[in-house]
Amino acid sequence: MAHDHKLEIFRGTLKFKNNIQKIWGVLIFLTLVTAVEVVLGIYKPQVLTHTNVLGMKALNWIFIILTLVKAYYISWDFMHLRDEKSSLRRAVVWTPIFLVSYLIFILLFEADYIHNVYKDGFIKWNF
Amino acid sequence: MDTTVTTGEEENVWGGGNRPLGASYGKMMMWFFIVSDALTFSGFLSAYGFSRFKFMETWPIADEVFTHVPFFHGNYPMIYVAFMTFILIMSSVTMVLAVDAGHKMKQNAVIWYMFLTIIGGAIFVGSQAWEWATFIKGDYGAIETKGGRILQFENIETGKRVALGEFAKSISTERVQSTRGTGLWYEKEGTLPTYSMQEITEGLKADPSVVIRTESIMQDGEMEGEKTVLTRAESLEKIKDGRIVVEGANLIHNEYGSRLFADFFFFITGFHGFHVFSGVLINVIIFFNVVLGTYEKRGHYEMVEKVGLYWHFVDLVWVFVFTFFYLV
Repeated sequence: MAHDHKLEIFRGTLKFKNNIQKIWGVLIFLTLVTAVEVVLGIYKPQVLTHTNVLGMKALNWIFIILTLVKAYYISWDFMHLRDEKSSLRRAVVWTPIFLVSYLIFILLFEADYIHNVYKDGFIKWNF
Repeated sequence: MDTTVTTGEEENVWGGGNRPLGASYGKMMMWFFIVSDALTFSGFLSAYGFSRFKFMETWPIADEVFTHVPFFHGNYPMIYVAFMTFILIMSSVTMVLAVDAGHKMKQNAVIWYMFLTIIGGAIFVGSQAWEWATFIKGDYGAIETKGGRILQFENIETGKRVALGEFAKSISTERVQSTRGTGLWYEKEGTLPTYSMQEITEGLKADPSVVIRTESIMQDGEMEGEKTVLTRAESLEKIKDGRIVVEGANLIHNEYGSRLFADFFFFITGFHGFHVFSGVLINVIIFFNVVLGTYEKRGHYEMVEKVGLYWHFVDLVWVFVFTFFYLV
């Protein structure tokens, strides 16, 4: 069992004295990120909702990136992936990332196509 | 195992007891289960994305659906889900603290942290049940057209949503709910809506301040991202398409918009809620094992670490559900 913990987060810029302190530190960080998400979700600044980045609202990109950041810290620090061997980490992380990216690409592309068929084709559905 | 082998370098590769990934069998299997479960959830969420992209311009706006907080009246989008998210992250933290205390063989600390984790999980499941009840009960009510689209009502001056009861005209009819006892073929029907289609139509004609808002989302202009509101004349024309009155939500009809929206809500948050529920059950079992001193006798608390992994995974999934259902 791994009793030794790696106590640095943010690529070593923040180093904790012991594991318990690190846990609270990560909690504070996750809470901050969630708070930012909620505030943005309630106020929805027009600057962010009316600008398009790569076919999606800038605000939605921010939400997705912040979600991935949260997922990283939950799995790395709460699930101790940081302390596991890199081989286990890679097996567990890259497999779903590859499969899920593929699935998302296929499904969203197809859905966008169907959307266009509904919009431009001779199909009446919104009545 | 080969008893003559003592050092790592000379270990017999196929002799058993080898740990190339540095994790015990149980822990590794938990990881592999989590990977497969993560793929299941990704499948659901991607399917949600599929339907959403398909109905990009008519999908319900989550902020307008989830606006309630228990014990408070009024419109508070996001607040309660944010609270639920925080509860789940908090119970994740107590779980890590339990694992940490387990590494140090502090039985009492593990008991307390496991206890707090279970409480957090219970609060979350309760909140989700409340969320479901509110969603099923519904808010304002709506009309479904013959094409299956939803028409909601709004006050033309204030821009606020109007509930069906506020403008429906009271017309007495003979229509009563058919039960098994009254029908010739022992067929029964579901609960009748509070108002009939006719009452809504007459009410709309009589009240000049009520207009219809459709599912369609504005694609450009100042009101981009808002639902389209019809004028008074258009509303009176549009109401002719109405077929049934919808109050609340079930798997077939819902007053919030696209039918798929409610289906995905029930399916994804239900599946997640089931995970939380089973997580709480497993935590309770492990909690009693800790209390009885099972792991103290075993010499290590790895079992707490394994259920911890499952518990964090549930939290991890919620982070994604939160984003894709409530934020984006």
